[in-house]
Amino acid sequence: MKALVIERKLARFAAARITSMVAPGRAGGHGPLSCQEVDAPALPVTDGSWHELRPRLSGICGSDLATIEGYASRYFEPIVSFPFTPGHEVVADADDGRRVVVVPVLSCATRGIDPPCGPCAAGQINRCERTAFGHLSPGLQTGFCADTGGGWGQRMVAHDSQLVDVPAELTDEQAVMVEPTACAVHAAKAFAGRPTVIIGAGTLGLLTLAAITATRGRTRNQGPVIVTARYPHQVAAAKQLGADRVVSGPELARTVRSLTGSMAIGDQLTGGVSTVIDCVGSSDSLAQALQVVAPGGEVVMVGMPSNVQLNMTTLWHREVAVRGCYAYRRADFDTALDLVGRLDLGRFVTQTYPIHDYAAAIEHASNAGRRGAIKIAFDLRDRPRPIRSVR
Amino acid sequence: MPRPGFVLDVDRSTPPTLFWRGEGFSLEKLPADRSRVIYPAEPLPAIDDVDGAIRHALLHPVDSDPLPALLFPGMKLTIAFDDVSLPLPKMRKPDIRQRVIEAVLDLAAEAGVDDVHIIAALALHRRMHEFELRHAVGDRVYDAFAPRGLLYQHDAEDPAGLAFLGATPQGEEVEINKRAAESDLLVYVNINLVAMDGGWKSTATGLASYRSLRHHHNPATMQASRSFMDQHRSELHKSNWRMGKVMRDHGPKVFQIETTLNTDTFPKGFEFLSRREWEWTMRDRASYLGVKKSLDRTPAKLARKIFHSIEAPHQMTSVQAGEVEAVHRITTEHVFAQQLVEVRGQTDILTMGIPYISPYNVHSILNPILVMCMGLGYYFNMYRGMPLVREGGVVIMTHPCPPDFHPVHHPSYIDFYEQVLSETTDPVRMSTEFEERFATDDWYRHLYRTSYAYHGVHPFYMWYWGSHGLQHVARTIIVGGDPKTVRRLGFTPASTLDDALEIASDVVGRSATITHLHTPPLMVADVS
Repeated sequence: MKALVIERKLARFAAARITSMVAPGRAGGHGPLSCQEVDAPALPVTDGSWHELRPRLSGICGSDLATIEGYASRYFEPIVSFPFTPGHEVVADADDGRRVVVVPVLSCATRGIDPPCGPCAAGQINRCERTAFGHLSPGLQTGFCADTGGGWGQRMVAHDSQLVDVPAELTDEQAVMVEPTACAVHAAKAFAGRPTVIIGAGTLGLLTLAAITATRGRTRNQGPVIVTARYPHQVAAAKQLGADRVVSGPELARTVRSLTGSMAIGDQLTGGVSTVIDCVGSSDSLAQALQVVAPGGEVVMVGMPSNVQLNMTTLWHREVAVRGCYAYRRADFDTALDLVGRLDLGRFVTQTYPIHDYAAAIEHASNAGRRGAIKIAFDLRDRPRPIRSVR
Repeated sequence: MPRPGFVLDVDRSTPPTLFWRGEGFSLEKLPADRSRVIYPAEPLPAIDDVDGAIRHALLHPVDSDPLPALLFPGMKLTIAFDDVSLPLPKMRKPDIRQRVIEAVLDLAAEAGVDDVHIIAALALHRRMHEFELRHAVGDRVYDAFAPRGLLYQHDAEDPAGLAFLGATPQGEEVEINKRAAESDLLVYVNINLVAMDGGWKSTATGLASYRSLRHHHNPATMQASRSFMDQHRSELHKSNWRMGKVMRDHGPKVFQIETTLNTDTFPKGFEFLSRREWEWTMRDRASYLGVKKSLDRTPAKLARKIFHSIEAPHQMTSVQAGEVEAVHRITTEHVFAQQLVEVRGQTDILTMGIPYISPYNVHSILNPILVMCMGLGYYFNMYRGMPLVREGGVVIMTHPCPPDFHPVHHPSYIDFYEQVLSETTDPVRMSTEFEERFATDDWYRHLYRTSYAYHGVHPFYMWYWGSHGLQHVARTIIVGGDPKTVRRLGFTPASTLDDALEIASDVVGRSATITHLHTPPLMVADVS
């Protein structure tokens, strides 16, 4: 079968990093990713709890790009296994005829670990303590594990506990948005009804906004929710999804100051919003978050950070909490299924590519904002369908 | 004998016309046989003995006892004066305010008055820098009063420094500077650069608080003023005059001193800016080319600095003192004697070159909101009778209109541009949805009181200032303006004047009449 594969070749990772610094998005053709003819992944256990899947669509996520472009943190090294096929945003056909989306977290249940760790027993699979153990090779998620394959290949395997049935009325484009939407649903729990900033209006930022406004619909006086967006199509999407304010990055501090009646000392607001949801995860976005969060407030890191530089003085002085927000719980997929259908989030799939055209796909995804795109995906269907809406 | 204002019908032999473009200018060829250019009058002769005229006015006031008769030992005397927004450009030293204040102080000293405060009546404008205060009142007055805290600036946000005098029958609250309100005599020193200045507007606006100002600085009042230069058809002035009655009944005795200046606006080297193009000498042409070439190569910041260093050779043409309304009637006659230009009929397209300066960006940046205010607020309103441009016509301005703001002087303007103009350009919606938040923002209040920032509500007032123009014209085009910024203002960008005329033809047709307001120097079109 054909699949895109990432191999552990340090020189390739170094080349990808240099290439992406010089020409963003060009690492797809020069980095550790390649299109290969490989064996389909075997079922780890043959007791019927594992299934073979034939991916239909598989999205390209920021964490995929970070890996391909060589700037992902080395923290991940012990919790991934090479070579692996990326792709964790997947809608696929299961071997039992069901159309499913995959919950990619490889928790205790998928690893045959019984009894499960404490978080898994409590349903907090995203906090699993056994991501490098059990009968699977290390891998925090499907798409980072040598044994499971991933959505960027023609076959992959998944455990029963990872499969979520897709209702017939959802299109494949809508279904492929379920996984990132589940992330957003999890992140949106940080919204406490008080003034909130979402930094970034890429896929994750927009979906987090959608998850907040969809819930908030019942209590409209909550908020305001302020979103930073860089590109016109992001501004339009954020407004359409119900953001109370959409501003550019440089405008954020002034807007928050004005809306919250804060004073300012230098660049630092004396007040601010109670919650900042950072969907970018860079040094700049974190610094900006600390600039506008209120004393005693919380910065929630949803975007995957790498090594960041940060002046922590304001965090200390203003008793601000910075909290990570990774993935989701199983129940978040139920909410996500509802949202993608209700809000037609499949329209955010801007363009799809066949896997052999991976270099162009990676370049497009890496430059999604400036090219007017939101979500780029691979189309692995026998008869690829032209994208429904091109932005 | 100076020549009066003049309307030139453009024909094929008419040389190109000067258009201001911020800190620069260009020569533009207007279409022949359907264009006209309105030129201001030449500067009226100045009074030779300025100090003598001032003293004469103080000793022989209009409808009032002479100033010495109003002064007595032990009294509280407050002298208020117009702030940095007047005159434009700033006048050469000695400033006329200095000469008037010195004359008043001499009489006060002769009368044994020793409780004297001098207040810059800046309403919601930014505070003046020390060098600006020194320029306005002179070093002698500044050094004698400022170090002892007796020369200071009105603070419209100091609850302890304001006095409520009452309300008009229309419910307009009158709240002014407490020291002024509690004085035995308030002497107000004006520079009446345009007909709009002076009268009760001096005290009822210059020394007032937001609580008071909001009653006339609002879209309804501005839209109903036809125009600000015609006191009798200006709702803004009617409101101020009603407040004046409250002041007369419940406030301090006011001794009004008003001065008028001629239109001698530009110093040596820049005289060509005031001349009619067909009368330009070789020297004027060389000056134009030299200045223009230099400016084209000069960074905007430096060009701005050069222009703001210009000191106008303005000279005083009249001074009158006494009862507020009686004085203002005479003053207005003097202003109109200098500035009125008879114009027959309205035009389809009104063109105007927006210069580098307005009352609200002295030593600062003419930001996009002030560009709008200059065009649709000031120049559009430079009429008496009826607007120069017909209803449903087009206004074309020339200005680079970059999205630049002075961060110290105009902080609330930045937020207004980002947060209000991104939502609406409708003055009524602005006033109902956004004004209060800006007006009561503690941060803006802090910057207004302790730094050099215009009040939080000021950008709203600037926008309201143009609300009559906004309502009246069908389209506003800015030539040479930053397209994104121009669109944010709700206007149409154009690269050249020809493009702008082409765009305008969609609204007013291809044979539309065009009138260019050749200002500064200032003028008021008396449109019949």
